[in-house]
Amino acid sequence: MKPNLLLAVLLFVAYSFAQTTEVISLDYQQLQPLLHQNSNTVQVVNFWATWCAPCIKELPYFEELNKLEGVEVLLVSLDFPKHKQKRLIPFVEKHKLQSKVVHLDDNDENYWINEINTTWSGGLPATLIYTQNRRGFYEQSFTKEELFQEVKSYF
Amino acid sequence: MKTILFAFSLLFLSTPTDLVTENGYSIGDIATDFSLPNVDGEMVSLADFEDAKGFIVIFTCNTCPYSIANEDRIIALDNKYKEKGYPVIAINPNDPAAAKGEAMSDMKQRSLDKGFTFPYLQDVGQQVYPQYGATKTPHVFVLQKAGDDNIVRYIGAIDDSSRNPKKVKKRYIEQAVDALLIGKSPSTTTTKAIGCSIKTL
Repeated sequence: MKPNLLLAVLLFVAYSFAQTTEVISLDYQQLQPLLHQNSNTVQVVNFWATWCAPCIKELPYFEELNKLEGVEVLLVSLDFPKHKQKRLIPFVEKHKLQSKVVHLDDNDENYWINEINTTWSGGLPATLIYTQNRRGFYEQSFTKEELFQEVKSYF
Repeated sequence: MKTILFAFSLLFLSTPTDLVTENGYSIGDIATDFSLPNVDGEMVSLADFEDAKGFIVIFTCNTCPYSIANEDRIIALDNKYKEKGYPVIAINPNDPAAAKGEAMSDMKQRSLDKGFTFPYLQDVGQQVYPQYGATKTPHVFVLQKAGDDNIVRYIGAIDDSSRNPKKVKKRYIEQAVDALLIGKSPSTTTTKAIGCSIKTL
């Protein structure tokens, strides 16, 4: 192979890697530490899915929240595993989501819904906000004002 | 003027879902009857089912992927338990003004396409689901008849693998109804699964 062709191939490979959005899939055991981080920032964990209209509506508010100093947002997708490649990853790319996105792939919902919060009935959207000394769970949709107000109360 | 504006903004800030999530039935409560329109144009009440021993009441809808993923399982439940005295009664709690694809015409089409063997009722005015305490679709309430009353015996999920029927290990509704049919109390009375929030204006 000619050196310049090799370079072109290498560049192409590097370029395609740069374009690939990775969303890792976790079971609950793997997700659990991300819901209990010992951090000085306010942790905001939003449970959502690409098919959930009220989730998509409030997603930009979480993206804005993620830009705030002292706030870290984690978006936990509950898309069906078979839709991860076809729907979730294209959605993350299209909307250029800046918050960390993970995919929760764990069938035993009856177990982990209660582990995450006993008041959660399982409806989406739902949001967990926590610091080292306070945790709150919200099975509801937020307006931008409500969300920012609620998060600020954790500072 | 400022106070009026403030009061107004409060009005918009409060979400309607806040009003209903805290209420609803616990195991052992008496469930309310209702009279709701079915996809066949008739009105349906629990009291119409004189020979029933109880009911599998399922709040579900047309568009929620979790509801769709469970449609075949709901049909199978009705086929198995209707003749044993526990028919499925499906109720769509979504306000069609708040969600596309949830109108009575859409419900009729879905019922036809899937060949629903059970009543598929519209919760007109969203009056019934808050009394039950349904928060999402699908959300199941197994009721047992006791005289004129219907007692809540089970609340929650259809089984332990809502997204993937091939990985089901525990069939919660079947276990509950099977226990009731032999005069026992279900060993598991409340479970949880992911679902779609109920859409209201």
